[in-house]
Amino acid sequence: MNTPLHGLDAATSRREFLKVGVAAGGGLLLGFALPRGHTAEHVGSTVAPFAPDAFIRIDRSGTVTLVMCQVEMGQGIYTAISQILADELDVDFQRVVVEAAPPNDALYSNAALGFQVTGGSTSIRVFWTPMRKAGASARAMLVEAAAASWRVDPGSCRTANSEVIHEPSGRRLAYGALVDRAARLTPPKDPPLKARKDFQLIGTPARRLDSPDKVNGRAMFGIDAMPSGVKFATLRSSPVFGGKVAHVDEAAARGVPGVRQVVVLDDLVAVVGDHMWAARKGLEALQIKWDDGPNAAVSSQQILDEIRAASERDGAVAKSVGDVGKALGSDKIEATYHVPLLAHAPMEPMNCTVHVRPDACEIWVGNQVITRTQAIAAKLTGLPLGKVLVHNHLIGGGFGRRLEVDMIAKAVRVAQKVDGPVKIVWTREEDIQQAMYRPFYFDRFAAALTDGKITAWSHRVVGSAILARFAPPAFVKGLDADAVDGAIDFPYDAPNIHVEYVRQEPPAVPTCFWRGVGPTHNIFVIESFVDELAHKAGKDPVQFRLDQLQGAPRLRACLELVAKKAGWGQPLPARVGRGVAVQSVFGSHLATIAEAEVDQYGDVKVRRVVCAVDCGIAVNPNTIAAQIEGGLIFGLTAALHSQITIAKGRVQQSNFNDYRMMRINEAPSIEVHLIPSEEAPGGIGEPGTVAAAPSLANALFAATGVRLRQLPVDRELLAGKKPA
Amino acid sequence: MINLRINGQQHSVDATDDTPLLWVLRDLLGMTGTKFGCGIGQCGACTVHLDGSAVRSCLLPVGSIHDRAITTIEAIGDTPEGAKVQKAWLDLEVVQCGYCQSGQIMAAAALLKSAPHPEDADIDAAMAGNICRCGTYVRIRAAIKQAAGPA
Repeated sequence: MNTPLHGLDAATSRREFLKVGVAAGGGLLLGFALPRGHTAEHVGSTVAPFAPDAFIRIDRSGTVTLVMCQVEMGQGIYTAISQILADELDVDFQRVVVEAAPPNDALYSNAALGFQVTGGSTSIRVFWTPMRKAGASARAMLVEAAAASWRVDPGSCRTANSEVIHEPSGRRLAYGALVDRAARLTPPKDPPLKARKDFQLIGTPARRLDSPDKVNGRAMFGIDAMPSGVKFATLRSSPVFGGKVAHVDEAAARGVPGVRQVVVLDDLVAVVGDHMWAARKGLEALQIKWDDGPNAAVSSQQILDEIRAASERDGAVAKSVGDVGKALGSDKIEATYHVPLLAHAPMEPMNCTVHVRPDACEIWVGNQVITRTQAIAAKLTGLPLGKVLVHNHLIGGGFGRRLEVDMIAKAVRVAQKVDGPVKIVWTREEDIQQAMYRPFYFDRFAAALTDGKITAWSHRVVGSAILARFAPPAFVKGLDADAVDGAIDFPYDAPNIHVEYVRQEPPAVPTCFWRGVGPTHNIFVIESFVDELAHKAGKDPVQFRLDQLQGAPRLRACLELVAKKAGWGQPLPARVGRGVAVQSVFGSHLATIAEAEVDQYGDVKVRRVVCAVDCGIAVNPNTIAAQIEGGLIFGLTAALHSQITIAKGRVQQSNFNDYRMMRINEAPSIEVHLIPSEEAPGGIGEPGTVAAAPSLANALFAATGVRLRQLPVDRELLAGKKPA
Repeated sequence: MINLRINGQQHSVDATDDTPLLWVLRDLLGMTGTKFGCGIGQCGACTVHLDGSAVRSCLLPVGSIHDRAITTIEAIGDTPEGAKVQKAWLDLEVVQCGYCQSGQIMAAAALLKSAPHPEDADIDAAMAGNICRCGTYVRIRAAIKQAAGPA
């Protein structure tokens, strides 16, 4: 595609975006919608005669186009949002066309976060009601249009399968025939929503709309963008965080066949070629001298020493119930935990394709923050927002990494030096070593037990404040709401609870959100320490929890169910253990039991994981099970294998050989049991990841008697080769 | 110029002998279904078939291929095993982000060709080279068994 950019204005720029449609044969069609006319209030989507809001378009042929305010990165959101809209609208789900929303905070803001963003397992929680209202409102307008044309009471009409039906007379009008009349009506303020019993799509397992093209190679991720005349580049940033380029000898690179250009910026070097291989060989041939700067001595030990020292400080109070100081008394139980830096390593490495011209900038990428993508490009190029055209794509794994725009900024800066479009693809090594990382956290606990119950609970969370950087207004009075997410939701009936937060940024290392955000770390440390308390009290870990969840009936029900399904209490062979963990985070309740085996060398085999889930109304039950399964694997991978370590200011891991992923031969069997619920839908993209580490660590304690107070799992500790 | 037979068609490309097939497919021929994941044969995202066997195209120099038949994800549905695997992948809703799935499907199709009714150990051996960061392994295993059908 080679779109003329001259004369591009804001409205047309918002009109160009990835378009995904379901063809008659069931396959997805992917292509770019071409600029067409528009009305000012409906910028941001395909133009159709009937466009009652920013989400629904119906043309005269009856084709229904749904504009996706949230990005698809595997979580199944295109399908779930389409189910909600199509159900309230009463249209044929299998024939809807789905397209990615263009950047527009005014139209597509995520109310939980205040701008157009996909993350934090918020999509369904935030858009459940707005999408239902959008569908119901458009449906009401179509009914009103049909009733007017028949001169009958709208109340005597019903809708089904993209038609308005007047039952008394048997007359029918297809939506496509009503669009011009409906477009002249005012959307109703409070359209009647369907009763639960009338849902036809919501709650029913739906085929994912994006799957057909993902099994035949046709799906387009950002890395697959191929604008006409594109060149290919790869880059190397300073291996030491914050370092600069001191000197580059370009001669050797220029001798590599297919190399076209070497771009040297203050902190990175990129090589542009006819294909990635030429660019990569060119980069490897370069002699680069770096000025390492002030961070050349930073190490993991320094990060740990500093955060441990910070954990001695008082923090900002996140929650305080009762009088913990008094209740802890003299025989309190104490423990500290810590968890490592982590990279996201999505299968689609960081990449971004950019074409910078004097009067416009065009970007092809898959990103969770599309308006920030547009804004950073505008800032770097000096162009107005309306001259930055962004094509968002399907995302080959986000996990929080694509909530950032550092990869956009680097690509735009390189592209400013290149004539024509250039696709910048990071090597996997660059992807892991130049990432932004899940913070290193350190946790300090104290608790008191009376008659087998927790009477005092004190938890100090120490670590990076991602929100202070990502959304500064959300960082209030020294308190990072994300860092204590899950910690302030302590579900047990303890009468005295104190949770506080100490901000401690690691030297040099940039931090960002990682799947499961705050709760991934908090539920691991909390549920591990609760397990310690259960054993101190001489109680069965499941019974210990059940006895203290009187104030959390939904969570208690999950725990009762999972204990039954997992066969809790049934005998197991030696060195095999079961561990339990519970959580109420992201608006969903989970109880999880992992079963794991440890051999004499400390090697772990996770045999089975059983999970009971109450996430409220389940929009697409199939996707929910898939998200729990995948989330568990993601979390087990981290618990068993993952840590990013720093030496001499550099990340020591580089690729999948030393930053290991769980593989199919290590994957446990997984059972997910959904508890039917009428409550509002909860988030589901991240809870599975959260559940993995605590249930596994507690299982490993049951198998070996070794309490793991840091991650990843230390095999030497499990093998008894060093003291706990 | 290097001549390659890809999905039954002859292609002539201007690349050095050492250029991995992956970049010829993606960057020179625009066949983007085959994915880049690691560049060192660790993840399997770039898996294609060479005379029906699964190989990592990120490590396969085009100069070494000669007249052997290359099959990619774009044409695997034309083979009986590929079609069965794709159907099972859809029936069991295996896919999440989908980025690794081209490679998973190519590996699974090659497995079914060599072992029409694979045991769990066969699946582990054939599929352990393919990483899925979304963690779809449970469904991949089930889908391979479904594609194989009753023994």
